[in-house]
Amino acid sequence: MGRKILFITTDQQRFDTLGCNGGILSRTPVIDRLAAEGIRYTRAQPSSVVCMPSRSSMLTGQFPTTHGAWMNGVPLAVDAPSFAESLHDQGYATSLIGKAHFEPFMDIFGRFTENSLAQLGIPTVEQPWYDGRRGVHRGFDHLEMATHGAAGMLHYAKFIRDEHPEMFGAFYNVLDGELNVNAEGGGETGAPQVKYNVIPREWYHTDWVADRTIAWLNTLDADRDWFCWMSFPDPHHPWDPPQSELGRVNWRDVDLPAGYIADAAQREAVLDSKARHWRMWYDGSLVSNYEAPAKWVPATLTPDQVREVNALNAIEVELIDEAIGRVLSAIESRGWSHDVDIVFTTDHGELQGDFGLLFKGPYHVDGLLRLPLIWRPAPSAQVAPAVINEPVSLVSLAATFLAAAGLPAPEWVEAPALPTTSSEVVGGSDASTITEWDSALFGVDVHVRTVVTRQWLLTRYQAGYVHDGTEGELYDLEGDPLQRVNLYSDPGYTSIRKNLETLLEQHENRDIERSTPGVLVAPV
Amino acid sequence: MATVRYERRIAAPADTVWNVVKDPASIPQWFPGIVGCDVEGNIRTIHLANGISMPEEIIASDSILRRFAYRITSPLYSSHLGTIDVIEIGERDSLCVYSTTAEPDVLALVIGGGSYGALAEIERLALTGKD
Repeated sequence: MGRKILFITTDQQRFDTLGCNGGILSRTPVIDRLAAEGIRYTRAQPSSVVCMPSRSSMLTGQFPTTHGAWMNGVPLAVDAPSFAESLHDQGYATSLIGKAHFEPFMDIFGRFTENSLAQLGIPTVEQPWYDGRRGVHRGFDHLEMATHGAAGMLHYAKFIRDEHPEMFGAFYNVLDGELNVNAEGGGETGAPQVKYNVIPREWYHTDWVADRTIAWLNTLDADRDWFCWMSFPDPHHPWDPPQSELGRVNWRDVDLPAGYIADAAQREAVLDSKARHWRMWYDGSLVSNYEAPAKWVPATLTPDQVREVNALNAIEVELIDEAIGRVLSAIESRGWSHDVDIVFTTDHGELQGDFGLLFKGPYHVDGLLRLPLIWRPAPSAQVAPAVINEPVSLVSLAATFLAAAGLPAPEWVEAPALPTTSSEVVGGSDASTITEWDSALFGVDVHVRTVVTRQWLLTRYQAGYVHDGTEGELYDLEGDPLQRVNLYSDPGYTSIRKNLETLLEQHENRDIERSTPGVLVAPV
Repeated sequence: MATVRYERRIAAPADTVWNVVKDPASIPQWFPGIVGCDVEGNIRTIHLANGISMPEEIIASDSILRRFAYRITSPLYSSHLGTIDVIEIGERDSLCVYSTTAEPDVLALVIGGGSYGALAEIERLALTGKD
């Protein structure tokens, strides 16, 4: 019998939303306990700051320029490498419950597996695998899908439609009439993507994901090895948690986040010091990516809206923490606790008021890049608790899960298993991680590469619709943790910049067999 | 209004490729996610894998130009025009071009994404002689 694995992801969650990472808005005792018992990484970074490329990197252990799902709306090839296929081969029962998003949501033809399973009423389908065999979809023998509301074709939407149809309209409409991300305001401040949701808590998708996870675990024999990817759609916008929970955090009591610059002139000066698309987005002259509401102008964001968004986000984080607690209790009741590895992370961050901005896009700063990551190895593995401050990448997750199952890292992964001590960090004090961004939508293309070390964050903008290939950003993470002073053009930092640029060049020129970049077939 | 275009070079005679696409009732054979259709006159109703049905109007099926044109008339779209052109390049060499122009813009991308998959199926059917 091997180690069982519970992989918990959230969507679009900042590092500083957890108590163990210094967060003060949300109470997260369950996750904090996992952090205390396991390994807490303070500089974990995604391969991309949007869902599909980042999640595909978790599954494949590859960067987007390798696995080919290079932007939202580009499906991961169905026969891309998958750690779940290796675990399935090893005899593991494998499930993914909640938000997958390796395939586009906007799929009116229902041609993608993720969108068709609920309608078909079957737990998985057989597809080609990376090694040429055929097997269960991406290695998962059980999939139950959810996303941010009741619209669409996924299992959670079907659950609401079939069992609580009166709640179909309770959620915020994620998309507007033109099928762009909705800018409509709500709540008490008119903040975009905010709504007070009348759905009872027990029917909200956070509890549904936990309920379905527990139900799946209860189908397993006691001695079965298993891997479960429990994937919560929150705290990604819309910020529409159950109204019954609003008393947890009163937005009027919320302090403005450290990253929010209250003085407009100072805020705009900081934006002007960054690459030009920052200010263009802020002013409403360019929305470079689909993930931000097309009709929302960030310059209109008010301090109270920032407070309300942060309050609702904190409530969603608390609900997730409590849902995880229920699942861990279920695991304990099965007598498995001693043998279960638990990994908690998210796919990317959220600006959440930093620099007067919300949502995400090609803006590689800590709000989007620095993620919560906790690995509580199975107690039976006797791994000492640790805090690791060196940069690590979510690309390492695939090898980490395989290592926990006693399997070697396959040749297709681009990063080793996560370190359990600082001395195991590849590169030691010189460790670095990379984040990529590529997008091309309706004539606007943006291409960004970022390298992060313990002290530095360097971003280079390649030539595209708005950039001429000369722009960049360089931040001293130790002296300027809020990334307000762009040192990219400061002659005093030329040698540091050059050294970091060498790391980016090495990444671009790395020796790995790359998939043909996928085709954009939907906006998300 | 947005427009999306995909094309595919197919190693088959243009008439063979055209024979795959010219019949309005053949679409479930080559468009991913369309599981059935009903055709009455110039009205085609497609049935999708997700259980949704959408009405379409056939505008042209021109065997001389080898051009098929249609529009989705579902209220989901304020405007849509789809065209499939088969262009002869050589004796066993043709270019199949699938264009989509639609509003809302986002739906042009979604239909266009489907048409990208459709071109691969059209090629498969043309090469296996199932025309």
